[in-house]
Formats: sequence, structure tokens, C-alpha cells
Amino acid sequence: MDGVVLALGQGFNGLSVASLYLLAALGLALSFGLMRVINMAHGELLMLGGYIAYLVMKAVPGTAGLLLALPAAFAGSALLGAAIEATLIRRLAARPLDTLLATWGLSLILQQAARNIFGPIGVEVRAPAWMNTAVAVGPLSFATTRILILALSVVLLAGLALLLTRTRIGLLVRAVNQDRMMAAAVGVDVRRVDMVMFALGSGVAGLAGVALGLLGPVTPTVGQSYIVPAFLVVVMGGLGSITGSTVAAIILGVFTAMVQIFVDVSVAQVLMLLLVIAFIQVRPQGVLAPRTRALDA
Amino acid sequence: MLGFSKGVSRRMVVLLAGAALVSCSKDAGPVKVGVLQSLTGTMAISEVTVKNAELMAIDEINAAGGVLGRKIEAVVEDGASDPVTFSQKAAKLIESNKVVTVFGGWTSASRKAMLPVFQRTNNLLWYPVQFEGNECSPNIMYSGAQPNQQILPAFDWAVAQGYKSYFLVGSDYVFPRTANLILKTHIADRKLATAGEEYVPLGGADFSTVISKIQAAKPDIIFSTLNGDSNVAFFKQLAAAGISTTTLPVMSFSIGEQEAQAMGPQLVQGSYAAWNYFQSLDTPENKAFVAAYKKKYGAEAVVTDPMVHGYINVYQWKAAVEKAASFDPTAVRKAAVALADAPSPMGPIKFATNQSLVQTAYVGQLDAGGQFKIVSKSPTPIAPEPYDRLAFPGKTCAPA
Amino acid sequence: MTRPALIAMVLAVAAAAVLPFLLGSYDLNLIARFMALGILALGLVLLWGETGILSLGQGVYFGLGGYALAMHLKLSGLGPGEIPDFMVWSGVKTLPWWWQPFENPAVALIGVVAIPGLVAGLFAWMVFHRRVGGTYFALITQALALAFATLLISQQATTGGFNGLTEFPTLFGIDLNTLGAIRGLYWITLAALVGAALLLALLRASRFGTLLRAVRDGENRMRFLGYDPTPYKVAAFTVAAMLAGLSGALFTLHAGVVSPALVGVVPSIEMVIWVAIGGRHSLVGAIVAALLVNLARDRISSALPELWLYALGALFIVVVTLMPRGLAGIGQDLMARLMRKGAAQ
Repeated sequence: MDGVVLALGQGFNGLSVASLYLLAALGLALSFGLMRVINMAHGELLMLGGYIAYLVMKAVPGTAGLLLALPAAFAGSALLGAAIEATLIRRLAARPLDTLLATWGLSLILQQAARNIFGPIGVEVRAPAWMNTAVAVGPLSFATTRILILALSVVLLAGLALLLTRTRIGLLVRAVNQDRMMAAAVGVDVRRVDMVMFALGSGVAGLAGVALGLLGPVTPTVGQSYIVPAFLVVVMGGLGSITGSTVAAIILGVFTAMVQIFVDVSVAQVLMLLLVIAFIQVRPQGVLAPRTRALDA
Repeated sequence: MLGFSKGVSRRMVVLLAGAALVSCSKDAGPVKVGVLQSLTGTMAISEVTVKNAELMAIDEINAAGGVLGRKIEAVVEDGASDPVTFSQKAAKLIESNKVVTVFGGWTSASRKAMLPVFQRTNNLLWYPVQFEGNECSPNIMYSGAQPNQQILPAFDWAVAQGYKSYFLVGSDYVFPRTANLILKTHIADRKLATAGEEYVPLGGADFSTVISKIQAAKPDIIFSTLNGDSNVAFFKQLAAAGISTTTLPVMSFSIGEQEAQAMGPQLVQGSYAAWNYFQSLDTPENKAFVAAYKKKYGAEAVVTDPMVHGYINVYQWKAAVEKAASFDPTAVRKAAVALADAPSPMGPIKFATNQSLVQTAYVGQLDAGGQFKIVSKSPTPIAPEPYDRLAFPGKTCAPA
Repeated sequence: MTRPALIAMVLAVAAAAVLPFLLGSYDLNLIARFMALGILALGLVLLWGETGILSLGQGVYFGLGGYALAMHLKLSGLGPGEIPDFMVWSGVKTLPWWWQPFENPAVALIGVVAIPGLVAGLFAWMVFHRRVGGTYFALITQALALAFATLLISQQATTGGFNGLTEFPTLFGIDLNTLGAIRGLYWITLAALVGAALLLALLRASRFGTLLRAVRDGENRMRFLGYDPTPYKVAAFTVAAMLAGLSGALFTLHAGVVSPALVGVVPSIEMVIWVAIGGRHSLVGAIVAALLVNLARDRISSALPELWLYALGALFIVVVTLMPRGLAGIGQDLMARLMRKGAAQ
């Protein structure tokens, strides 16, 4: 009986971790699908969102502060993202590996800047008091904060799905995704599409930063602790696929939570990587991949 | 100037005035010492303040006339929170800068990496932080607490409070694992229960599984050897799971005044910590020390246990140099363990023959202002035991 | 290679060989360390510059080489039946089976290159044969670096954990702390570095080297011509890993410590920047940059510790965006301009 309770509890914990991985990975997946580049400074966009939440909630505490922090973090990270896209990523568009290195350099600078501005010790985003409760269901209890973060990621996913399938910019994004040159040839301003989507993905990272701030300290390296799992989600999800990333995040989150019943967190991290390597033996194209006849996906 | 330093130095100067004059006439230039702490990287936040305390002691000594008539010149290096850098910089200080001794180190990894350098060059390191024991090198003075001066007094206190079931949670590195091994041995010895033992990677911020396991195990108290920012995540997620420090007490071994202030005292208020020094200690020596530090580094500055250890290390080195009438590391370490009891901000101290410090253990409870209310104090200063008697029977320090 | 360049190189090696008579033991030890890192950088030139594979996880193989040797050094200092002290403090009673072969010096020495080679070969084959490459591969190697460091730390009872392995007074019975030993190790490192550079120069000039460049410039075209690129990519990755292992072992000897801090995500990616600065296609450039960057770190971080991270970050950005051919590119341009001037006169 205890075992069943523990497994159910871990199932919830797994989904909660998955929602964090997904929030951290969505922006990466969006821009990777579109531009084939990975922004190694993505973790610092999370960090920025966390610090913005800290500043906003210091000025306006409580629920109102949290409601204000979400759009502020989204806007702040989106702006920084747009700046990164315009100055760095665009220049390196045809060199994805060099983009990795240049954006890593940027991430070092942003981390050190945060250290100089906010200090190296983590700051605390104070959640409204009503969030420090747990919902009890029989012998299980679920932290309210984690339920809300799960809800946030579901809402975000739904919003993104609507955006991509029901709006004009979504149509353009899908067009560029399928064939960049053809889209450009028929008059789509691909550069603008790139910029808008990159900013959007960065904004989502800002929201993820708020979520992380509700569960732990915001530190100059807060992004780094979630960025590697987020990369693995992108690798496993398939080329920039939102659905694929969602499935991958759930697989990885629930898997780590379940193995943690038996092993400690460190070993669980190693097993997670082994799972990804084993997975690409079976499905190298990822959970979901667009159908294509191209050799280089 | 501080009372205790005056007491020691005046006596020594009188005793050794002749010897001091001799070495004075030989070489009147400043004597170089190394200060090696992490000024960058993850450990910088803790180590920069230790560096400040060490430099303050050096400034005070210089203002009072120096050592053996010579001014002290501090060569400051950055260990960059990286063990290999620590060993490289230690070698640089000793071999290039020709320092006569080094004050510094924080993590056990940094100390272990530096140790071969100090043995090879037969120099002397003054190490300021509590650690897991199981080491005694003649080339290191260990002023931080041994397990029997911090962890075990805290455990004794918890037993006296009637706690029977202990949950151990720590960051995944050497101190927590060794400390918990010792704790488990003592818990079993008293016929009490270890309800669980969990580790998260250094800097880890996800405690969902650990908290589920704590909820399932229902312990009486948590003993936490979590490090740094993991503490914030741990306490936050405990609170988010509806567990408060009043219903389930937490005893931490790595939260000091500085960490509490940075984390926000509300988060950790009511939890316990065990150290050999608290800023709230009500003694004239401590009040003078805290006032001097605030004067130098700002009224907002807080003082922690490792800072005071760094500070007294410098004064103990000075006293030992004067007793030995020499800067030679071998002579200094032999003189250091022969010094008399000295008053200090943390109470009377003295280096035992195993080169670790005899010191008092305290348990404090955090109040809303981020300071500790002292709830327990060892009746007398405790002699250091580098090797735990129960966990590692039969091991002792080889005579140096 | 032109004759003047060859002469310059011979002179440089000769100058390096007499350094032990000019420098104190601290500086000599420092330079020897950085030369050991240069060996790793050479491997990256083959892997990244020639084959176009970016690895953000070379720290893993560096660490495997370093630990293989350190385990032997740790065991060789013990009496019969004893186990390393950190195992005692973790409650371990007998030597784990996978430590036992390292009591044999020959096993340890072969292991320094063989273990990284085997691990890298297996890993690279698993990923490349499923045609996963490029950015994906880089991200997976980075995850591997994180996992390796985490594993080393968490298995403290048998790996030394966060503290790593340290305190090895002797190597094959020779006291490592004498000036003679420091000089000897320096020459060994220099010889290894020159040897590795020559080996890679030969590899590059061979048919194998041509095929590596074919992988880089047109993997699919290569497939259409009937070549399977996978074995070549695996081979390049394996050679780079073996060089990283050798580099790690030599570094461990000079530093006197090997620890998880040397193998994780951050050190692994910094290894790439040496090669980017030197010029990813240039063997000499990689060696020079490995020396320069690490010397700069030593000096800058002493003077202005906070500045170092900004400088490093800026280096990544500037080198990659503005001078993708690195120092070697600048050098070549200068030479070309001088030659043109000379020809005009």
C-alpha cells in the first residue's frame, strides 16, 4: 500500500518536474525548429525572468505581485531574446555549432553580470502565503505551487497551439518551418518571423524563470541547473516539435521521479542521460519528427 | 584594539623581546603571508568575508606594530572555487611569492588539493572551516570544528530534547556523507532511529522526491548538511508542502548568519544551527570584534563562524611566531600547540597537540532578524577528535 | 609546410626543451600543465577543425585518463591489504574489483589512453550510426560531461567524490617532488606534445585525413560516393578522446590532483575555446592558444578575478563571430601580406 502511495506521489512529482523541463525547453524547441540553432544563453533568459519576478514581487507583494510578475518576466526576457537574435544569432545563422559557442560566451557574461548586480547568493521570490499549502487527496498531498506551475504549462501549451494553428503569424511560422527558402521566395519576411518567434520563445523562458523562483532561489546560475535537461528534451522531442517536446518532457520527468524511489538524485540524472541515448537508438528522429524526404533533417 | 590579542601579544613580546630584536636587525622589511580564498565562483560569497576577517586581523596587528618588529604583507590570491586552482595558487604563493604561511581554504576539496603542496614545501596552512575530520597533516592548523565539536554536540542536544527519529539530508559531497556516516553510528549506538538519508547534487534545487520521502518517514527532526542555495530551495519546498519548522524542526550545519540574512530570515526562522560561534554571543571580546568588523566593512555586515576562525588563525600565528621567535613553519607549528589558552570572540581557545582547536560548541535557533538565540552551550571547551571514536575506532593522529 | 615555418618550429621546440634550466619549479610546473592541455587541444583540431564534429564533453575523456593514472598512484602508495583512506572514511572494507587492475602500472598506463578510447568509441558509434550529429551531438556530449561529473561526485566511497584523488608522492617509485622529477616530467610532456602534433600532422596528410574533411564538407555527398562516414567519425572521436586521456594523465601528474571540477560542463566547453582562439584548423595554433589562454587566466584572475569571466565570455563571442580562423588565421594573413610585399619588391 505504501508502495502504491509513494508511486502515485512520485507520478505527481514527475509531472511537476516535467512541467519545469517543458517550460525551460519550449523556447529552445521553437527556435531550433525554425532556425536550427540552439541558444546556450537560454538558461540566462530563465534567470532574467526569475530576477524580474523577484524585483516585481519586492515592490508589489502578494497575489497581485505574482500576476504582475508573469507579464513583466515575459516581456523582459522576450526583449533580451530579441536583442540576442538581432545581434548574435542572425550573424551566425548558417553556422549552428558556432552559435552554440558564441551564445555560451554570452551566457558567461550574463551570469557574471547578475552576480555583480544581485550578488552571488540566491534571492528569494516570496510566494503569496496561500500558495504555501498542500492539497490532500487521501494519503497523498500535492503542493499548491506545483499544481499551479503544471496549470501554467498547460495553459501555455494551449496558447502556443492556438497561435501556431489559428493565427497569421502561426501560418507563416509553419511555412518557414517546412521550407525556409520557398517561404522567402513567396514573400514571407523570414527574418521577421525568426525574430518574433525567438522573442516569443525567450518570453516563455522568462515565465519558466518565475516558476523556478516559486520553488527555489533565483541565483546567477539558476538557468544552468535546468538547461541540460531542457537540451535533452529538445534532442528527444524531435526537430522543434512542440508535441514531441511535451511528450519528451513527460517521459524524462516521470522517469527521473520514478527511479528516485530506488536511487538518489545524482544517479537518477545519469540514468536520464542513458535513457536518452537508448531512446535515440530506437528513434533517432525523436518522439515526433516532421515527415520529410530531406537527408539532413 | 581587541582585549584578547593584547593579552597574548604583550606577554609574548615581553618574553621574547630579545629574540625579536635579533631577527629585527637582520631583516626589517615586511614579512609576506598568503591569503588564499575563493574570490570568484560559487564559494566566493562565503570566502570573501573570511578573507575580509583575515585581512582585518593583519591590519590590526600591523597597526599595533607588526610581528617580531616586522609589518605583515598579505598576498591575496583567488582560489576560484576550484580545487586545482587552490593547489596552483598555493604553490605560487609559497614558491614565487615566498610567503611564510598561508591562511585560507574552505571546501575539503580545496584543502585536500593544497595539502600535497604544503607537505612538499613544508609550509603551514591555517584552515578556518568546520570539516569532516579524518585528516591530520603536520602542515595544516585546523581551527574549524571537528565532527565531535559541532555535529555530535548538536546530536546530544537533540537527544536531550527527546527526538527519537532522525532524517538526514545533505548535498552530495564529502562533508555531508562523512558527517552522516558518523551520525548514523551514534544514532544506532543510542538505539534511536535513522528515518532516512538523502542527497541532492551540489546546487540542486529540486526536493520534490526528498520531501515525499520525509513525509512518508515522519521523522522527529531533520539534520541538514545541505550547502548554499540548496537550503533556500529545501526550506521553500518544505513550506510549499505545508511543513513548517515548528512542526518538524530542522538542524542545519551550513547555515550561518550570512546565509540566513541572504535567504530571508522568515524562510528559516525557528530552525536550528550548530556552530562554535554566533554573532549574538554576549561577551566583551565578541562585542568588540563585531563592532570593529562593522566599522571596517559597514553596519550591515554580519559575522559568521568561519570568519572568526579565519581571524583567530592570524592571531594564533602571530602568537606562535613570537613564541618561536621565528617565521620558520616547523618552529611556528610546534610553538602554536604550546600556547596557553587565549580569550577570543568565540570564547577561550587553544590549539591541541593534534593541531586542531579546542573550542566551545553552541546550538542556536534563528529569530526573525536572522540572528541566532543560543539554546545550548557545551559546559567546557571540547577537545578536538579528528577521528570519530565510534565510526573509526582505533584511528588516531600520528605524532607530528 | 614552408622551410622558414619548419625552422621556426624546430627552434621553438628547442627553446621549450631548455626552459627547465631557465625557470623556477613553480613556473616550469605551470607551463608543463598547460602543455599537457595542449595535447587535448590537438585532438579537438582533428575532431572539430578537420571532421566538423563539435564535442562539448572532452572533459569526460580527460578525466578518464587522469583518474586511470591517479588510481594507480593512489594504490602504489599503500601497503599490502590497505585501501585508500577515503574509502575507509566511507565505510568501504575491501578494494572494489574495478580498482584492482590498476595496481599494475602497465594496466594503468595503457588504461590512460585505452579507457577513454573505448568509452568514446562506443559512445560515438551509438550516436553516429543512428545518424544523429551536429547540434544534437554537441548537446548530448555536454549532457555526458554533466552526468560523468555528477556520477564521480556521488560515488564518493569509491571515487573520492568531490575531493577527487590527491596525494600521490611517487610515480613508479620515483619521488615526484624533486626538481629533477619536475624537469623530467616537463620533458616527457613536451615529447608527448610534439609526438601528438606530428602524429596528427601525418593523419591529416593521409587519405584518412582527406576523408575526415569530406565528412565535414559534405557528409551526404560522401554517402552517395559509396563511403559510410560513420567509421571515420567514430575514429576521429576516438583519437581525440585518447589524446584527451593522455592529456588528463599528464595534467594529473603535474597538478598532483584530479577532481570532478576538471571534467564537468564548464571546463569541457572552455577546452573548445582554446582551439577556437588558436584557429580550429591549426595544430600549432591550438597549442599556442592552450598555453596563452591558461597563462592569461592565471595572470588575470590573480589581478582582477571578476574580470576573467567577462573576458572569457567576450573571447567566445568575438573569436567565433569575427575571427573564425583564430590566431592562426591572423598569422597566415600576415604572412601572406609579407610575402606579397616581398614579391613586389
